[in-house]
Amino acid sequence: MIPPSIYKVLPPIFAFLALIGFWEFGVDYFDVPQYVLPAPSAIGAAIADHWQSLLRHSGVTLVEAVLGFLLGIAVGLPLAILISCSPWLERTIYPLLVASQSIPKVALAPIFVVWFGFGLLPKVLIAFSIAFFPVVVNTVVGLSRTPPDMIRLMQSLGSTSVETFLRVRIPMATPYIFAGIKISSAFAVVGAIVGEFIAATSGLGYLQLIANNNLEIPLLFACLVLLSLIGAVIYYAVVLVEHLILPAPLRSQENDEARR
Amino acid sequence: MSETDELLAIADNKGASISIRNVGMDFARRGSVVTALEDVNLEIPAGTFCSVLGPSGCGKSTLLSLVAGLASPTRGTIALDGNPLTGPFHDVGIVFQSDVLLPWLTVLENVVLPAKVKKLNMEQARTTGRQLLRDVGLHDFCNHYPGELSGGMRQRASICRALLAKPSVLLMDEPFGALDALTREKMQQDLNRIWAEDTKTVLFITHDIEEAVSMADQVIVMSPRPGRVLRRYSIDLPQPRTPAVRRDPFFEETVDDIRNLFHEAGVL
Ligand SMILES: Nc1ncnc2c1ncn2[C@@H]1O[C@H](COP(=O)(O)OP(=O)(O)OP(=O)(O)O)[C@@H](O)[C@H]1O
Ligand SMILES: [Mg+2]
Repeated sequence: MIPPSIYKVLPPIFAFLALIGFWEFGVDYFDVPQYVLPAPSAIGAAIADHWQSLLRHSGVTLVEAVLGFLLGIAVGLPLAILISCSPWLERTIYPLLVASQSIPKVALAPIFVVWFGFGLLPKVLIAFSIAFFPVVVNTVVGLSRTPPDMIRLMQSLGSTSVETFLRVRIPMATPYIFAGIKISSAFAVVGAIVGEFIAATSGLGYLQLIANNNLEIPLLFACLVLLSLIGAVIYYAVVLVEHLILPAPLRSQENDEARR
Repeated sequence: MSETDELLAIADNKGASISIRNVGMDFARRGSVVTALEDVNLEIPAGTFCSVLGPSGCGKSTLLSLVAGLASPTRGTIALDGNPLTGPFHDVGIVFQSDVLLPWLTVLENVVLPAKVKKLNMEQARTTGRQLLRDVGLHDFCNHYPGELSGGMRQRASICRALLAKPSVLLMDEPFGALDALTREKMQQDLNRIWAEDTKTVLFITHDIEEAVSMADQVIVMSPRPGRVLRRYSIDLPQPRTPAVRRDPFFEETVDDIRNLFHEAGVL
């Protein structure tokens, strides 16, 4: 028997294949020069030629992005919890935090390079500075979304506010928290790449600069492919964790499906 | 006292009397003060059923949270069995205006939540919970999540949860407001039966006149905000009530009288 999920997976796969097909055909038919838009086959060939260095540089970027992402969660979650527990922090820190988002993080990159050098650290920190905000904001919003009657119910049952927080407010916030984490996962990759553009000796962003200088356009596109793969790997790792630790009614995916 | 003893001890009490004296409640919001309740006096003898009727926004839900000890009145006192309330009262079952089931727990887990929070015997709680769910026709849905239930079914589950720990006081805030007329009447009968079998003090909030009169021993009619007691009606009809009560001349007379009262107060 064909599992019903096939019907969900097949259409986008077909659409993707069709797009690749048109691309390949179109580049050939209109004689688009390779330095403008290489055909998918040329990109594939570039991946095959350079797979070793692509793999090595992908590893570097993946590590930077993942570290920045995890740091974003590790700092963002506790900070959000503190903000929602303390009206004082909510009035002092939170507005500053929101205002700080008007700083384009990308513009921080050169400064971080000055402060922290050319190694792993500045990239991780740039990734972190972009990734952490969605976690904080979503968690703060999620923690405030518990219906007041639900809190009153717990109070009337004799639950302490700490117990209520752990038993009700945190679970009620998890769909929001995971939504924030998913956004962060994509942001972290952006942060890592931007860091590599500024100053690096490895990573996909660095490889892109090299490829660009050498006018190896197919390699440039090959880097793009691997970047999307890195983004997808982190994103689906989050989805997997969500699946493992959350009961079905709290998972954002299922809820999205249900809402349709 | 062991957990089981505690459950048993509460099991055959007759409820607690509620006395509300000169209670007023103000809410301060952005400089302005909203008076929700003003000089409310109300005596609910132990083991009786009291309905509170009033227009929207007159402070019914506020009154309920005061009786539950979830908020303190600005003026006046509330006493349960003669003891003035100082904090949340725990020997109470509350059905809130919005059904607040935890979405990640199954219906049965939601119903036994009071036992879990109060650290009572869970085995026994599950048995009681299943029995209660059977009583309201939800035994097939024990392992469903609340999101898979209709509004009326969720409200029934909340009622089971409120009854689980056999509280001496039951507070219900428009519990049947979201139900269709049919289910509503069925739930009224069920509630009346459950209450008659295991008497406790009930404070039942509604804005349906017939619903108020059909179940209660006394009906309190409140004025528009700030809520005051407009009039108190004793419903001296035998308990438990049957659907036939709605054809009783006294029932019809009282319902008409309350409707006129609302007319005079400019509510209807
Ligand atoms: N937490 C609060 N903060 C400020 N004002 C409040 C609060 N709770 C209630 N009020 C005010 O008190 C008044 C009474 O509210 P309440 O919820 O008790 O009305 P109600 O009789 O239950 O109405 P309904 O039938 O619509 O549920 C309203 O005017 C409302 O604005
Ligand atoms: Mg209300």
